[in-house]
Amino acid sequence: MLRFLLRRAVLALLVCLTVLVISFALTRLSGDLAISIAGPNATEQDIATVRKNYGLDRPLPTQFVDWAVHAAEGDLGRSYLYHAPVAGLIKERMPITLTLGLTGLVIALVVAIPLGVIAAMREGSLLDRAIGLLALFGQAMPSFWLSLVLIIWLGLNLQLLPISGVDTWQGYIMPGIVLAFSAIPALMRLTRAGMIDALSSDYIRTARAKGLSSTKIVLKHALRNAAMPVVSVAAVQLGFMLGGSIVIEAVFALHGVGYLAWESISKNDFPVVQAVVLILAIIYIGLTLLADAMNAVLDPRLRAA
Amino acid sequence: MKHAATSLGALIVFAVLLAAVVAPLVAPHDPFVQDLNQRLVPPEWMDGGSAVHPFGTDQLGRDYLSRLLYGARISMMIGIFTVVTSGLIGITLGVFGGYFGGKIDEVVMFIITCRLSIPLILVALTVVALIGSSLLVVILTLGLLLWERFAVVSRTTTMQVRNLDYIAAAQAAGASRRHILLREVLPNILTPLVVVATLEMALAILLEAALSFLGLGVPPPLPSWGLMIAEGKDYMFFSPWVIMIPGIALFVLVLGINLLGDGLRDLLGAARPT
Repeated sequence: MLRFLLRRAVLALLVCLTVLVISFALTRLSGDLAISIAGPNATEQDIATVRKNYGLDRPLPTQFVDWAVHAAEGDLGRSYLYHAPVAGLIKERMPITLTLGLTGLVIALVVAIPLGVIAAMREGSLLDRAIGLLALFGQAMPSFWLSLVLIIWLGLNLQLLPISGVDTWQGYIMPGIVLAFSAIPALMRLTRAGMIDALSSDYIRTARAKGLSSTKIVLKHALRNAAMPVVSVAAVQLGFMLGGSIVIEAVFALHGVGYLAWESISKNDFPVVQAVVLILAIIYIGLTLLADAMNAVLDPRLRAA
Repeated sequence: MKHAATSLGALIVFAVLLAAVVAPLVAPHDPFVQDLNQRLVPPEWMDGGSAVHPFGTDQLGRDYLSRLLYGARISMMIGIFTVVTSGLIGITLGVFGGYFGGKIDEVVMFIITCRLSIPLILVALTVVALIGSSLLVVILTLGLLLWERFAVVSRTTTMQVRNLDYIAAAQAAGASRRHILLREVLPNILTPLVVVATLEMALAILLEAALSFLGLGVPPPLPSWGLMIAEGKDYMFFSPWVIMIPGIALFVLVLGINLLGDGLRDLLGAARPT
């Protein structure tokens, strides 16, 4: 198991390095950054000044090594817009994005697992089909549009929830629901497939033969086994949700990392953009590593490897 | 019921495709012409609506039905061309990794892992912001980002096909590697890839709408459904239909594609790609 995990950790490190290169190269796509930063009305003189002040006149490899070395030390550069260290800007906003991501994940699990279990217990029935259809509905829902519909319905018509900001915890409910929609279909199908597998296995038959009640079998034996892949996929889904929350943060005016990234992209604040890409990627890599580790601990076949 | 759902999906996709093709013939008005005296006219079925503008008009007095029909062109083009681009990249990578195995496969897996760890929307937004927003840029950006499911599925299926007798027979008959990959492997892994294509098409259409909604996708005045929702957002409290009409169109189209894909998966007996 240790060798397996070590291999994964080395791989994760290599992926991190590649993402470091990609996030740097990404912001250099336009060719000359100084022109974008200086804005449409800048003179040649202005552009030259910007180029010098931001160190953009140095050769690209030098700029990259400089950014990579500093990033490794936790220094992600300074924001052009806020005139403050990027690391601090991200750190300030991360709690909002993390809270939103976790709220979304909890809502997704609370909806997806029971639905998946019910679908598996009634496999092939009308109820199972209806739940499958529900998953397709969720998959087809444009998140930004659902946000607006919820704002009109729950915020304006019923006045149940605040329509923007997170001054109170209620502010997380609507964005959390929207974010959950993106993860529910996958988690539900996984629960269903895992439960169907588990329910047809020998140990469940043994438990039945011992005379255990149906509910007890489903909840105690089958679900525990079906839960393993769900938990590891949930970790990966959380990574996707943190990256996907940019749209939802923009709609609900939640000033998290996604909102910061959106603002920075529209205002040419490239140090922030490349840092957010890097941080979100590292979080995702960390979460997949965690999922691998959980699988290794829980799965005896991997434990032996 | 299953077949009904699949047929419904096919019908929706066909209807939107048809609308996209014949938009210039059937649209009642020019989708770009503004009429500031006719702003935010409600749809025909609501109070104050008229048959002149069956779906009403937007904040600039442009006919909403005409914009919706032309918007179908954008969604369909995004969906089809993104899938072609990402399919080419993903299938090439997947088949190479699956067929050759060993070091080549490790490299392919590494590329897939790197792609998955990059935040999709954020990177797409940055690319479009830096290169400039146009339909072509959006198609290429999404095409370059949405290939990983093609790669994963074609890699797995190629591995299954690789050791079958007919491949060995072709090798023994002295067929070239190119012939084996294109004529023996590819046709036999296409079935599950059709299902992946529907999933990716749906995803591409949703992502284009999201990018356009955030102002970094298809540029105005093009009638992208996502852009129509963004432009209607400021008026949605008093005229909710300005976001409901394009939103429902988007939802129904994506649902149709997913229903079709789900049905094809059952019909063709392919496993669900996750």
